[in-house]
Amino acid sequence: MSPIARGACGSHEHFPHTRRGLRGRDPPAAAHLAPRTGAPCYPYGRGPTTARPSPWRHPPPRRVPLLPLLCALTAALPLSVLCCTALGASGVGWGDTLHYLWAGLTGGTIRQDEVAAYTIVWELRLPRALLAAVVGAGLAAVGVGVQAMVRNALADPFVLGISSGAAVGANAVLLFGALGSLGVWALSGAAFASALAAMTLVYAVARTAHGLTPLRLVLTGSAMYYAFSAVTTLMVFSADRGEAARSAMMWLLGSLGGATWSSLPIAAAAVLAGTGWLLWSARGLNALAMGDETAAALGVDAVRLRRGLFLVTAAVTGAVVAVSGAIGFVGHMVPHVTRMLVGAGHRRVLAVAPLLGAVLLVWVDLVSRLLLAPVELPVGVITALIGVPGFVLLMRRRGYVFGGS
Amino acid sequence: MTVRVDIEGLAVDIAGTRLLEDVTLRAGSGRVVGLVGPNGSGKSTLLRCVYRALRPAAGRVLLDGDDLHALTAREGARRLAALPQESASEFDFTAAEVVAMGRLPHQSAAGRASAADAAACAAALAQVRAAHLAERGFLTLSGGEKQRVLIARALAQQPRVLVLDEPTNHLDIAQQLEVLALVRGAGPTVLAALHDLNLAAGHCDVLCVVAGGRVVASGPPHDVLTDELLAEVFGVRAHRVPHPATGAPHLLFDRLPPTGGTPDAQP
Repeated sequence: MSPIARGACGSHEHFPHTRRGLRGRDPPAAAHLAPRTGAPCYPYGRGPTTARPSPWRHPPPRRVPLLPLLCALTAALPLSVLCCTALGASGVGWGDTLHYLWAGLTGGTIRQDEVAAYTIVWELRLPRALLAAVVGAGLAAVGVGVQAMVRNALADPFVLGISSGAAVGANAVLLFGALGSLGVWALSGAAFASALAAMTLVYAVARTAHGLTPLRLVLTGSAMYYAFSAVTTLMVFSADRGEAARSAMMWLLGSLGGATWSSLPIAAAAVLAGTGWLLWSARGLNALAMGDETAAALGVDAVRLRRGLFLVTAAVTGAVVAVSGAIGFVGHMVPHVTRMLVGAGHRRVLAVAPLLGAVLLVWVDLVSRLLLAPVELPVGVITALIGVPGFVLLMRRRGYVFGGS
Repeated sequence: MTVRVDIEGLAVDIAGTRLLEDVTLRAGSGRVVGLVGPNGSGKSTLLRCVYRALRPAAGRVLLDGDDLHALTAREGARRLAALPQESASEFDFTAAEVVAMGRLPHQSAAGRASAADAAACAAALAQVRAAHLAERGFLTLSGGEKQRVLIARALAQQPRVLVLDEPTNHLDIAQQLEVLALVRGAGPTVLAALHDLNLAAGHCDVLCVVAGGRVVASGPPHDVLTDELLAEVFGVRAHRVPHPATGAPHLLFDRLPPTGGTPDAQP
């Protein structure tokens, strides 16, 4: 081979794509200039440059029709409450349960030997199942509200530090017998009062001249969370009472064991009012989720809406935590699961999430009662154990997109 | 339906610093007004004040003589729509849901979406040729598709004024031209901040040059983009040629001196 020919070869080696392209063995070098779909290339100024699909192809999100879902959940809730009233460690039969419930509802009479079983059904299990529904609904609704407020997927009702604030008050009662004069109301009263104090503190620290900003809220809330938790832990360790420390722990992880008829009305009223307010603000929440600037352009006062959200979510969290402790996972995951089912529009989410949270917590509480009966597990443990695999499954199956990935 | 926009003596303070001072500009009904200027000159601040994310410290924004900041937020949003720079959401809305947000100022809090709402959303999506994207997740769209959907949201507001803050950011050239063509043909009076002077000159009826929180020049692109202004405001030198097809002024920028230092013309 002559030096000239070698040189020519060498020059080809500098442009390997050109060479191969000319021979037609491989795709031409200009392949990357062709439209990404292989659709015909339109000359300048003609045709839909818009027809190009996104580089990432996602199937449109599959959604569950809203109305049937709502009907199903609305039917499932009373049935779940009924089931969880009938089932339990001390075997009261279905027939007896229905009989006692009927007696309790209509003020009927029962025999002398039925009093113990009646008490279990009417005084323990039913209020407990109802409280589970109320708490589940409240946590789910508040979770939706908080996530929109701080525009963050990782947020849950406890990110504001309200729950650990409530724990301080509750543990002061449990461990040191504070507020003894309030009697049965001492525990939830103290929890709610200290939740309000925590809320005031978080609000005062997070507030700026421009109102509450999402990042400051999350930072302040999580800082306070650790501070309050530290105080609670300190109290648990300094109190020299084993059983009290155990109930303090139970309370930190959340439990519905303390449910009585008297603990229901205030929590239920707070949850109903809070959910109603959130539903009423749902369109504003959509705008807020797109950013404060967008909200302003859509005529929504982001500062005022976020302030309202803070007050409502904090108050409902306080009311719920005061009767059940800090039950994790529900307020974090139920909003996500709901979005996977019905999309992110806040009206749909806020219609479904509370029902879903209620049904979920009723069943989870049953499991926490039965799994190691007669030992009762903290309900938060079960929410995580059951909920996380279910959540992961759903997330993988439905191609849930969050944060653009 | 379009309106005339008059901005009179607008001043904005943020955290005690005056970012805009005595800004006066006028956008005739149905005209496309481009705001150009270096980074930090106050373009975005001016626009944020116009779409009511900021309150002015002094001055007024008038839509056909009505003081925008004296209207309720909802009433203001019915007349003026905006595409702010940040439009990131973590939430998996569909494109149709994003567009439906544009109907917010027309809806009551509790009421259902009306037939008029649905019609406005469908028309807006069709106008930006994004009807086929309606059921796609907004987060799965490409940059250009997202921007078209956001323009559809603004159009669904049925505004008389459209405010756009850097609508062509991060888009490829075909998408940039498409977005500007959409905006020009959309109908309302347009106020848009643009970075690319040639795009601005080619697509705007009036250019308004903002520098140091003040309007330093405004008028047709041909009158505004002078050598002196480019040197003084942007610190660059350019040759101006007419676009062979449209006749709009087109700038060919000189390189900076090879020392890498600032050009002589830096103010």
